[in-house]
Amino acid sequence: MKHLLLIIAAAALLSACGEKVQTGAAGKQDAAAYNGTGKPFVDAGWKPGDKTSWELHLKARGQNSQNEYSRTN
Amino acid sequence: MARMKFVCDAERCIECNGCVTACKNEHEVPWGVNRRRVVTLNDGVPGEKSISVACMHCSDAPCMAVCPVNCFYRTDEGVVLHDKDICIGCGYCSYACPFGAPQFPSQGTFGVRGKMDKCTFCAGGPEANGSQAEFEKYGRNRLAEGKLPACAEMCSTKALLAGDGDMVADIFRNRVLQRGKGAEVWGWGTAYGSRQAGQPAGAKS
Repeated sequence: MKHLLLIIAAAALLSACGEKVQTGAAGKQDAAAYNGTGKPFVDAGWKPGDKTSWELHLKARGQNSQNEYSRTN
Repeated sequence: MARMKFVCDAERCIECNGCVTACKNEHEVPWGVNRRRVVTLNDGVPGEKSISVACMHCSDAPCMAVCPVNCFYRTDEGVVLHDKDICIGCGYCSYACPFGAPQFPSQGTFGVRGKMDKCTFCAGGPEANGSQAEFEKYGRNRLAEGKLPACAEMCSTKALLAGDGDMVADIFRNRVLQRGKGAEVWGWGTAYGSRQAGQPAGAKS
Protein backbone atom coordinates (compact mmCIF):
# COMPACT_ATOMS: atom_id res chain seq x y z
CA MET A 1 0.00 0.00 0.00
CA LYS A 2 2.85 2.30 0.91
CA HIS A 3 4.59 1.58 -2.40
CA LEU A 4 1.43 2.25 -4.35
CA LEU A 5 1.02 5.62 -2.64
CA LEU A 6 4.63 6.50 -3.41
CA ILE A 7 4.16 5.63 -7.08
CA ILE A 8 0.99 7.72 -7.32
CA ALA A 9 2.68 10.65 -5.58
CA ALA A 10 5.74 10.40 -7.84
CA ALA A 11 3.56 10.26 -10.93
CA ALA A 12 1.62 13.32 -9.80
CA LEU A 13 4.79 15.28 -9.02
CA LEU A 14 6.71 14.31 -12.16
CA SER A 15 3.83 14.89 -14.54
CA ALA A 16 4.77 18.58 -14.61
CA CYS A 17 8.19 17.67 -15.98
CA GLY A 18 6.83 16.45 -19.32
CA GLU A 19 7.48 18.34 -22.54
CA LYS A 20 4.75 20.52 -23.94
CA VAL A 21 3.26 19.45 -27.22
CA GLN A 22 4.77 21.64 -29.97
CA THR A 23 2.18 21.52 -32.69
CA GLY A 24 3.16 24.98 -33.98
CA ALA A 25 6.57 23.74 -35.10
CA ALA A 26 5.01 21.36 -37.60
CA GLY A 27 3.99 24.29 -39.77
CA LYS A 28 0.70 25.44 -41.15
CA GLN A 29 -0.93 23.97 -44.21
CA ASP A 30 -1.07 26.48 -47.04
CA ALA A 31 -4.26 26.58 -49.07
CA ALA A 32 -3.85 26.07 -52.82
CA ALA A 33 -3.88 29.27 -54.88
CA TYR A 34 -6.67 28.02 -57.15
CA ASN A 35 -9.04 28.14 -54.18
CA GLY A 36 -9.08 31.93 -54.49
CA THR A 37 -9.21 34.50 -51.74
CA GLY A 38 -12.93 35.03 -51.33
CA LYS A 39 -12.31 38.75 -51.80
CA PRO A 40 -13.67 40.99 -54.58
CA PHE A 41 -10.21 41.90 -55.99
CA VAL A 42 -10.03 38.82 -58.14
CA ASP A 43 -9.47 38.71 -61.88
CA ALA A 44 -12.62 37.58 -63.65
CA GLY A 45 -12.73 34.63 -66.03
CA TRP A 46 -12.05 31.65 -63.80
CA LYS A 47 -13.87 29.69 -61.15
CA PRO A 48 -12.31 29.63 -57.64
CA GLY A 49 -11.79 26.04 -56.54
CA ASP A 50 -11.43 24.74 -60.09
CA LYS A 51 -7.75 24.01 -60.65
CA THR A 52 -7.99 23.54 -64.42
CA SER A 53 -9.91 26.78 -64.84
CA TRP A 54 -7.30 28.65 -62.78
CA GLU A 55 -4.38 27.17 -64.74
CA LEU A 56 -5.94 27.98 -68.10
CA HIS A 57 -6.74 31.49 -66.93
CA LEU A 58 -3.16 32.15 -65.78
CA LYS A 59 -1.74 30.78 -69.03
CA ALA A 60 -4.06 32.99 -71.07
CA ARG A 61 -3.21 36.00 -68.91
CA GLY A 62 0.51 35.31 -69.30
CA GLN A 63 0.28 34.96 -73.05
CA ASN A 64 -1.93 38.01 -73.54
CA SER A 65 0.11 40.31 -71.34
CA GLN A 66 3.64 39.08 -72.03
CA ASN A 67 3.78 37.74 -75.57
CA GLU A 68 3.31 40.55 -78.07
CA TYR A 69 4.20 38.19 -80.93
CA SER A 70 0.81 36.56 -80.41
CA ARG A 71 -0.83 39.97 -81.01
CA THR A 72 1.19 41.15 -84.01
CA ASN A 73 1.67 39.80 -87.49
CA MET B 1 0.82 22.92 -64.75
CA ALA B 2 4.55 22.85 -64.70
CA ARG B 3 6.50 25.08 -62.36
CA MET B 4 6.18 28.81 -61.91
CA LYS B 5 9.33 30.56 -63.09
CA PHE B 6 10.82 33.99 -63.76
CA VAL B 7 12.87 34.70 -66.89
CA CYS B 8 14.52 38.08 -67.48
CA ASP B 9 15.28 39.06 -71.06
CA ALA B 10 18.55 41.00 -70.71
CA GLU B 11 18.17 42.38 -74.26
CA ARG B 12 14.96 44.15 -73.23
CA CYS B 13 15.66 45.24 -69.65
CA ILE B 14 16.21 49.00 -69.57
CA GLU B 15 17.05 49.21 -65.85
CA CYS B 16 13.96 51.30 -65.11
CA ASN B 17 13.42 49.55 -61.77
CA GLY B 18 9.67 49.39 -62.46
CA CYS B 19 9.68 45.79 -61.21
CA VAL B 20 11.36 46.82 -57.96
CA THR B 21 8.88 49.62 -57.42
CA ALA B 22 5.89 47.44 -58.29
CA CYS B 23 7.02 44.81 -55.79
CA LYS B 24 7.63 47.27 -52.98
CA ASN B 25 4.30 48.96 -53.57
CA GLU B 26 2.24 45.79 -53.98
CA HIS B 27 3.53 44.17 -50.81
CA GLU B 28 4.29 47.31 -48.79
CA VAL B 29 7.82 46.02 -48.24
CA PRO B 30 9.68 48.04 -45.56
CA TRP B 31 12.79 50.15 -46.08
CA GLY B 32 15.95 48.11 -46.30
CA VAL B 33 14.23 45.06 -47.73
CA ASN B 34 14.41 44.52 -51.47
CA ARG B 35 12.67 41.39 -52.61
CA ARG B 36 13.65 42.27 -56.17
CA ARG B 37 16.43 44.42 -57.60
CA VAL B 38 18.02 45.19 -60.94
CA VAL B 39 21.65 44.21 -61.44
CA THR B 40 23.67 45.83 -64.22
CA LEU B 41 26.71 44.19 -65.80
CA ASN B 42 29.44 46.47 -67.18
CA ASP B 43 27.62 49.53 -65.90
CA GLY B 44 28.44 52.63 -67.93
CA VAL B 45 30.22 50.68 -70.64
CA PRO B 46 28.54 50.66 -74.07
CA GLY B 47 26.58 47.45 -74.37
CA GLU B 48 25.87 47.16 -70.65
CA LYS B 49 23.23 44.62 -69.73
CA SER B 50 20.76 44.67 -66.89
CA ILE B 51 18.81 41.86 -65.35
CA SER B 52 16.10 41.82 -62.72
CA VAL B 53 16.83 39.40 -59.88
CA ALA B 54 14.72 38.00 -57.06
CA CYS B 55 14.05 34.56 -55.62
CA MET B 56 14.18 32.19 -58.60
CA HIS B 57 12.02 29.59 -56.84
CA CYS B 58 14.63 26.92 -57.46
CA SER B 59 13.50 23.38 -58.16
CA ASP B 60 16.20 22.15 -55.76
CA ALA B 61 16.36 25.16 -53.49
CA PRO B 62 19.54 25.47 -51.38
CA CYS B 63 17.71 27.66 -48.85
CA MET B 64 15.37 24.75 -48.13
CA ALA B 65 18.31 22.40 -47.76
CA VAL B 66 20.17 24.49 -45.18
CA CYS B 67 17.28 25.81 -43.08
CA PRO B 68 17.79 24.40 -39.56
CA VAL B 69 14.14 24.79 -38.59
CA ASN B 70 12.65 23.57 -41.88
CA CYS B 71 10.50 26.65 -42.38
CA PHE B 72 10.47 26.41 -46.19
CA TYR B 73 7.93 24.58 -48.28
CA ARG B 74 7.12 24.33 -51.97
CA THR B 75 3.63 24.73 -53.38
CA ASP B 76 2.15 22.49 -56.06
CA GLU B 77 3.05 25.20 -58.58
CA GLY B 78 6.73 25.05 -57.60
CA VAL B 79 6.75 28.33 -55.65
CA VAL B 80 9.22 28.27 -52.74
CA LEU B 81 7.63 29.87 -49.68
CA HIS B 82 8.42 29.98 -45.99
CA ASP B 83 6.63 30.20 -42.66
CA LYS B 84 7.70 33.29 -40.72
CA ASP B 85 6.27 31.84 -37.52
CA ILE B 86 8.89 29.10 -37.72
CA CYS B 87 11.81 31.16 -39.13
CA ILE B 88 14.40 32.08 -36.48
CA GLY B 89 16.22 34.64 -38.64
CA CYS B 90 19.55 32.79 -38.52
CA GLY B 91 20.55 33.84 -42.05
CA TYR B 92 21.76 30.45 -43.29
CA CYS B 93 19.42 30.76 -46.28
CA SER B 94 21.05 34.04 -47.31
CA TYR B 95 24.49 32.38 -47.30
CA ALA B 96 23.18 29.47 -49.35
CA CYS B 97 21.18 31.46 -51.92
CA PRO B 98 23.19 32.21 -55.11
CA PHE B 99 20.86 35.12 -55.95
CA GLY B 100 20.93 36.98 -52.64
CA ALA B 101 17.16 36.63 -52.40
CA PRO B 102 16.65 36.29 -48.62
CA GLN B 103 16.31 39.67 -46.96
CA PHE B 104 16.34 40.54 -43.28
CA PRO B 105 14.49 43.55 -41.90
CA SER B 106 16.42 45.37 -39.18
CA GLN B 107 13.88 47.71 -37.62
CA GLY B 108 13.65 45.75 -34.39
CA THR B 109 15.25 46.56 -31.08
CA PHE B 110 18.96 47.46 -31.48
CA GLY B 111 18.64 46.79 -35.21
CA VAL B 112 18.29 43.10 -34.53
CA ARG B 113 18.03 40.91 -37.59
CA GLY B 114 14.39 39.96 -38.03
CA LYS B 115 12.75 37.04 -39.69
CA MET B 116 13.64 36.38 -43.31
CA ASP B 117 11.64 38.04 -46.06
CA LYS B 118 11.81 37.19 -49.76
CA CYS B 119 9.92 37.17 -53.02
CA THR B 120 6.84 34.96 -52.77
CA PHE B 121 6.05 34.95 -56.51
CA CYS B 122 3.06 36.97 -55.24
CA ALA B 123 1.73 33.77 -53.66
CA GLY B 124 1.55 34.92 -50.04
CA GLY B 125 2.33 32.42 -47.31
CA PRO B 126 0.78 29.76 -45.13
CA GLU B 127 -1.86 32.09 -43.65
CA ALA B 128 -5.37 32.07 -45.15
CA ASN B 129 -5.36 33.26 -48.77
CA GLY B 130 -6.06 36.99 -49.00
CA SER B 131 -6.21 37.46 -45.22
CA GLN B 132 -4.82 40.50 -43.41
CA ALA B 133 -2.38 38.25 -41.53
CA GLU B 134 -1.03 36.93 -44.82
CA PHE B 135 -0.67 40.43 -46.24
CA GLU B 136 1.16 41.76 -43.19
CA LYS B 137 3.65 38.88 -43.14
CA TYR B 138 4.11 38.01 -46.79
CA GLY B 139 2.34 40.57 -48.94
CA ARG B 140 -0.48 40.20 -51.41
CA ASN B 141 -1.49 36.82 -52.80
CA ARG B 142 -1.97 37.66 -56.47
CA LEU B 143 -1.83 34.07 -57.65
CA ALA B 144 -4.95 33.33 -55.62
CA GLU B 145 -6.54 36.35 -57.31
CA GLY B 146 -5.88 34.83 -60.74
CA LYS B 147 -3.04 37.28 -61.46
CA LEU B 148 0.66 36.94 -62.19
CA PRO B 149 3.42 38.57 -60.09
CA ALA B 150 3.19 42.37 -60.04
CA CYS B 151 6.83 42.85 -61.12
CA ALA B 152 6.34 41.00 -64.40
CA GLU B 153 2.91 42.47 -65.09
CA MET B 154 4.27 45.99 -64.54
CA CYS B 155 7.42 45.50 -66.66
CA SER B 156 7.20 48.15 -69.36
CA THR B 157 9.29 46.31 -71.94
CA LYS B 158 8.11 42.84 -70.93
CA ALA B 159 11.71 41.95 -70.20
CA LEU B 160 10.66 40.20 -67.03
CA LEU B 161 8.48 37.20 -67.75
CA ALA B 162 6.64 35.21 -65.10
CA GLY B 163 4.34 32.26 -65.16
CA ASP B 164 4.33 28.63 -66.07
CA GLY B 165 7.90 27.60 -66.93
CA ASP B 166 6.95 26.10 -70.27
CA MET B 167 5.06 29.22 -71.27
CA VAL B 168 7.75 31.76 -70.38
CA ALA B 169 10.42 29.57 -72.01
CA ASP B 170 8.33 29.47 -75.21
CA ILE B 171 7.91 33.26 -75.21
CA PHE B 172 11.63 33.84 -74.64
CA ARG B 173 12.66 31.24 -77.23
CA ASN B 174 10.39 32.85 -79.81
CA ARG B 175 11.95 36.26 -79.13
CA VAL B 176 15.46 34.92 -79.58
CA LEU B 177 14.46 33.26 -82.85
CA GLN B 178 12.75 36.41 -84.09
CA ARG B 179 15.68 38.69 -83.33
CA GLY B 180 18.21 36.13 -84.54
CA LYS B 181 20.52 36.74 -81.59
CA GLY B 182 20.48 36.95 -77.85
CA ALA B 183 21.23 33.43 -76.74
CA GLU B 184 24.75 34.52 -75.89
CA VAL B 185 23.69 37.45 -73.71
CA TRP B 186 22.98 35.55 -70.53
CA GLY B 187 24.18 32.08 -69.77
CA TRP B 188 27.27 29.96 -69.49
CA GLY B 189 29.43 32.21 -71.66
CA THR B 190 28.57 35.34 -69.69
CA ALA B 191 29.20 33.66 -66.38
CA TYR B 192 32.31 31.65 -67.18
CA GLY B 193 33.84 33.39 -70.16
CA SER B 194 33.65 30.62 -72.72
CA ARG B 195 32.86 31.52 -76.33
CA GLN B 196 29.39 30.83 -77.56
CA ALA B 197 27.57 31.13 -80.84
CA GLY B 198 27.00 34.74 -81.82
CA GLN B 199 29.98 36.19 -79.96
CA PRO B 200 32.71 37.72 -82.08
CA ALA B 201 36.14 36.19 -81.73
CA GLY B 202 38.21 37.93 -79.10
CA ALA B 203 35.22 39.65 -77.51
CA LYS B 204 35.09 39.76 -73.77
CA SER B 205 32.13 37.68 -72.75
